[in-house]
Amino acid sequence: MTQSPQTPETGATSDTADAFLAGASLRHAPGPYFGNYGGRWMPESLIAALDELEDTFDKAKSDPDFIAQVANLNRTYSGRPSLLTEAKRFSEHAGGARVFLKREDLNHTGSHKINNVLGQALLAKRMGKTRIIAETGAGQHGVASATAAALLGLECVVYMGAEDTRRQALNVARMELLGATVVPVTAGSQTLKDAINEALRDWVTNVHNTHYLLGTAAGAHPFPALVRYFHEVIGDEAREQILEQTGRLPDAVCACIGGGSNAIGIFHGFLDDPSVGLYGFEAGGEGVETGRHAATITLGRPGVLHGARSYLMQDEDGQTIESHSISAGLDYPGVGPEHSYLADLGRAKYEPITDSEAMDAFRLLCRTEGIIPAIESSHALAGALKVGRKLTEGKSDPQDVIIIVSLSGRGDKDVATAAEWFGLLDKKSPESEIGAEGEQL
Amino acid sequence: MNSAIQSKSAAAIDRAAAAGRTALVGYLPAGYPDVQASIDAAVALAENGADVIEIGIPYSDPVMDGQVIQAATVQSLANGFRVAQVFDIVAGITSRCDAAVLVMTYWNPVMRMGVDEFSRRLAEAGGAGLITPDLIPDEAAEWFEASDKYGLDRVFLVAPSTSPERMAMTVKASRGFVYAVSIMGVTGARESVNDAAHRVVEAAHAAGAERVCVGLGVSRAEHVREIGSYAEGAIVGTALVAALGQDGVDGVGKLAAELRSGTAKN
Repeated sequence: MTQSPQTPETGATSDTADAFLAGASLRHAPGPYFGNYGGRWMPESLIAALDELEDTFDKAKSDPDFIAQVANLNRTYSGRPSLLTEAKRFSEHAGGARVFLKREDLNHTGSHKINNVLGQALLAKRMGKTRIIAETGAGQHGVASATAAALLGLECVVYMGAEDTRRQALNVARMELLGATVVPVTAGSQTLKDAINEALRDWVTNVHNTHYLLGTAAGAHPFPALVRYFHEVIGDEAREQILEQTGRLPDAVCACIGGGSNAIGIFHGFLDDPSVGLYGFEAGGEGVETGRHAATITLGRPGVLHGARSYLMQDEDGQTIESHSISAGLDYPGVGPEHSYLADLGRAKYEPITDSEAMDAFRLLCRTEGIIPAIESSHALAGALKVGRKLTEGKSDPQDVIIIVSLSGRGDKDVATAAEWFGLLDKKSPESEIGAEGEQL
Repeated sequence: MNSAIQSKSAAAIDRAAAAGRTALVGYLPAGYPDVQASIDAAVALAENGADVIEIGIPYSDPVMDGQVIQAATVQSLANGFRVAQVFDIVAGITSRCDAAVLVMTYWNPVMRMGVDEFSRRLAEAGGAGLITPDLIPDEAAEWFEASDKYGLDRVFLVAPSTSPERMAMTVKASRGFVYAVSIMGVTGARESVNDAAHRVVEAAHAAGAERVCVGLGVSRAEHVREIGSYAEGAIVGTALVAALGQDGVDGVGKLAAELRSGTAKN
């Protein structure tokens, strides 16, 4: 622990940490606090909306109709349960450990994001809201939000950094095809964090008819617990599938961390299984020593941003530092508060993976398994290679080690970036120009 | 609440009331266009009629601010503004005029310096307290302790969406005055002051608030006059920042004098 309790009167830190050490469950943590983290660092104007959301969510969770509605959409629209695929040829590079991929890339819209947007869009309808707003970096959450809005008949406005709208022209077109309005954000650094700022400004102005469909398990209470709830299906399925396929629990579960929604979803299924190591891989960018990275837990320190207390990349004045990653989905200077708590407890380990390590793992999965992963998910794959080599050290049979990787998204969107990275493009081609600017087709 | 603490901003508002005036509260960003000019502009604001000065700390993620204030604070940061300079600015203003000087800040810069350390230095500089747009009393345990220790005002915000329970809790938590947000939205000059403002102020008074000031969208003498019919003070920000940007320190003085003309109570 590197900080004193922010809310000493709640005693949240010592109570929950002591309970954890005594073997109490870490599952279904309701918020608002996860140890020292979480809470509501928000303008008073938005507190009533957060209260309304919390109340609606609490009622929905215990309403069989709502649960059935979510399950039905997951099955008949998203394509759940997603597969658990053993990656046998890839495994050879992970010290010979058995590596299984949780295939969120096979969901409708190509990533885990659909789990959360469908759930939240249903909650928006329950609250009588007719309009949803969302932030997006690369466009994945924006596309998923636009999809849910189209399906459920809601108006949708997506905030996106102006720089990103130019680089991600095809994702902007996707959202517009789905009926959403995309608003380029020219404020601040014109990145994901500024898109969130602008979405919050919209929300405070239009909260009477608008739900802010936050895309990750961060932000003010109840968002971290709520977003996790809709992603818990990843871990629940994975646990059941690994038991069915191997007859036992895995030794490790690996996931990438931006805000941390796919990671918290898959970790949740194994939180109370102490034999299962949980590993979160942050974006190390060009290397944590270069300062150009997004390794929030590894190098950040606790602070408040976008409504929650959590690890944060900030300077000596508490100003947010811009993050850098080849993966737009991990390029965020904050992280969900539950991850900060799990890091402090030591229940999950968080390590950086550089752009270069992620891209090597990207190519390896393409060539060994015939699966093109998202660059985000490639950070988890690169981490799994390291974990596999470590856990198999000195084992007579490396196949005794079992690892699950959250393959959170597919890489179709990343083809231009990858082609540029690996020098596959004719230098004069339009794709080369696009790729040089980080475009993800 | 520590009843022995003499609130500087409450005293300034009470002095205006005793003189038959609505208190005028003016906001300017620290370090805009530079540190010395922000001191000079604040002094001009006070000399031309402001009873309370708010100095805003430029922050990388100002979710409650509209474009004019964002542009000014971005410029201040680009010019190299450092948070600790706010204490020099506060000291520079309080040494030259009698206005109560509050600092308005998003919470992370305070948390980063340490709430106790920040509070101690603010009190030493002669500051009156803090206005905290993204800190609600629910999360303010450390700030309660430090503000009591150093005798600083705690100005929390209430909004049209604030429930009766939260209104009671926030009024009780505040010292100096309660900041009534006139409209659901961000800072910025508007044509008229929203009707909701009157209801928010009534609710705050009913919950026991002795001093309520109205902000967001207030930019003209006629707005100040209207607010004065139901509240103790009117808060002007964006219009002053725009005046500073366009016409410099003189522009701020001129606008302050005009706003002051709206403070006379009938």
